[in-house]
Amino acid sequence: MDTQTQPEAEIETRQMTGAQIVITALKEQGVDVMFGYPGGAVLPIYDALYSAPEIEHILVRHEQGAGHAAEGYARSTGKAGVALVTSGPGATNMVTPITDAMMDSIPLVVITGQVPSHLIGTDAFQECDTVGITRCCAKHNYLVTDVDDLAHTIHEAFLIATTGRPGPVVIDIPKDVQFATGTYVGKQGIHKPTYVPQTEPAPARIEAAIAMMKQARRPVFYIGGGVINSGPGASKALRALQAATGFPVTSTLMGLGAFPASHKDWLGMLGMHGSYEANNAMHDCDLMICVGARFDDRVTGRIDAFSPGSKKIHIDIDPSSINKVIRVDLPIIADCGKALEALLAAWTSNKTKALNLKDWQAQIAVWRAVNSFAYAASETEIKPQYAIERLYELTKHRETYISTEVGQHQMWAAQHYHFEEPNHWMTSGGLGTMGYGLPAAVGIQAAHREALVIDIAGEASVQMVMQEMSTAVQHELPIKVFILNNLWMGMVRQWQELLHGERYSHTYSESLPDFVKLAEAYGGKGIYCDDPTQLDAKIEEMIAYDGPVIFDCRVTKAENCLPMIPSGAAHNEMILSEITGDEIDDAGRKLV
Amino acid sequence: MTDTPENIPASAYDMSHADEADERRTLAVIVDNEPGVLGRVVGLFSARGYNIESLTVAEIDRRKHRSRITIVTKGTPHMLEQIEAQLLRLVPVASVTDMTKSKRGVERELALIKVAGTGEKRVEALRICEIFRASVIDTTSESFIFELTGMSDKIDQFCALMKPLGLVEVSRTGVLSIKRGAQAG
Repeated sequence: MDTQTQPEAEIETRQMTGAQIVITALKEQGVDVMFGYPGGAVLPIYDALYSAPEIEHILVRHEQGAGHAAEGYARSTGKAGVALVTSGPGATNMVTPITDAMMDSIPLVVITGQVPSHLIGTDAFQECDTVGITRCCAKHNYLVTDVDDLAHTIHEAFLIATTGRPGPVVIDIPKDVQFATGTYVGKQGIHKPTYVPQTEPAPARIEAAIAMMKQARRPVFYIGGGVINSGPGASKALRALQAATGFPVTSTLMGLGAFPASHKDWLGMLGMHGSYEANNAMHDCDLMICVGARFDDRVTGRIDAFSPGSKKIHIDIDPSSINKVIRVDLPIIADCGKALEALLAAWTSNKTKALNLKDWQAQIAVWRAVNSFAYAASETEIKPQYAIERLYELTKHRETYISTEVGQHQMWAAQHYHFEEPNHWMTSGGLGTMGYGLPAAVGIQAAHREALVIDIAGEASVQMVMQEMSTAVQHELPIKVFILNNLWMGMVRQWQELLHGERYSHTYSESLPDFVKLAEAYGGKGIYCDDPTQLDAKIEEMIAYDGPVIFDCRVTKAENCLPMIPSGAAHNEMILSEITGDEIDDAGRKLV
Repeated sequence: MTDTPENIPASAYDMSHADEADERRTLAVIVDNEPGVLGRVVGLFSARGYNIESLTVAEIDRRKHRSRITIVTKGTPHMLEQIEAQLLRLVPVASVTDMTKSKRGVERELALIKVAGTGEKRVEALRICEIFRASVIDTTSESFIFELTGMSDKIDQFCALMKPLGLVEVSRTGVLSIKRGAQAG
């Protein structure tokens, strides 16, 4: 995270073509895998890549797949994900992953080809205004018009993508710049004077936080994806600080894995489909310590009833996150890891004794006893929750990475699959991109060849990106696509039940492909299961197969994802077991 | 963030901003003068639903490629705080100064105003021009172009007076601002 000006080192200068500059810069940045799709405006870069065996290029089937694969790579490694696509449609197909990465703060470097400089603005073949289109959905972007700026720009892009609050950076390179000869400069000494993220916490704020923590009787840590983005050190510091204080911990969807799910003080995920104990703890706490989360509307529920009795500490690297949605009492602008370490050091050096939290723990135990993730078991049907539970039990002893699509299956996965370590859970949180999971699994597997990588999917989401099975087969990436198939767009159907009087407008898939035959057509393996007694054996069969698998797991058709905080309701107004249709008032109906 | 731990209110809910009134602010935004930077700033305002009442931009340091963008905006204190923070999130933005809040800002705007008329109206226009210390930069037998510098409301007032005298067209620069005293920014 060092963005300081470094001393002018001996600057390496070499003459080469723009295309060679791109490849040389990527190598210097330590890129070992990239994802892309060739086309007219990036041919020179692809030609340079032809003689660069150090970089493995994963050929996707659609540019959106390259973007999500790069995201999966980035989130599972902590490094920047790199994608390379052509101009025009190549670039516009990248817009969804770029926006997704922006919303979830994922470091990406996206290189797009552009028509030659002299054709820009003439509506040339496969021309689009890439920097214009991506200006509002990327952390930063560049159009490189001079080959001598190219190396510097690429190094700066990596710096911006990976430091501060991470995000996607787009570099648009006209074809003539790729052909032109220019000077290569190394990454040494690259900095951007106007870009100075604040990573060190102010000592006075840490002191004030400790004072508040000492007074707390009902404290809670509310953590988010920022803890994971900050690196493994932040999760370690969080665990140590929690051990010293004994405060219970809840997490957003994005923060799962930063704190071990097996811990006795783990409350489970919070928010719309979070646990009863997590949401009630948030509502009734007297001190909330938010670390690397941003009070998203899926987390807060009704704003004016959000944790009314608490003081709030907010640790975030992005000053614009402070007071954006919820007013906080003490903002700490810093890298999460550094702030947590500072808090830990201050707590320990103060010789603060662990607080007496017995009453609070007893209250939490009462909420926990409600067992809000429970569901009605079935001997004849596979319950979707049961499928995730079995998947977890049969894979938890392995090095397993989970990605998901978006919908009910995503929430069930978050509720019933448990994570002990960061960087093992990849999901589209902010943008909610159906079709994220399969290409993300491709990217994760490319980074972790020996690991078990499972995309927990829904049959609707997965069809948005199904073509990437072909990528997995070509590159021998043995991903497992575990589809909870209920024939419905389940989450939309659930909302229609809740909000629109069970008028199920266009959420049922009248025809679906035979997923087993589809897997075989791609050159993978297909597995079908609709019998709960056979589920374990079939999951074992999936794990044992050395190649990509599509698992068509037929689950209960109209199961609702519960518990749920309905739109416009507060944390302590959860629906626990049954939807009756009158949970949401008129104001809530207008929300999303 | 300017608040210190000492002046933090007892609870976040004492800081309600639901009934806050809109305030008018002039912001001085120093940016790297790189292609698209104005688009980033303007795009941010439209994407997040902020208002722009006026906007001026020009390069102020050729060697360092720095430009100064002056934006007049309107919003609740909560929104204004977000505007500053969101502007600083843009990579090429070096600094944002709230000239209104600093109390030391001076503001000026320049306007070119075309007035057409003959006879008594023409004489009256010229007399008002003198009162406002505007200068005449072009004249024909039946029109003037006045150049007027001052606070925005002075220009508003001048235009209002010219309206019955044959106001044809107005061109304004938008607000410029700078802080009093020996220091920069």
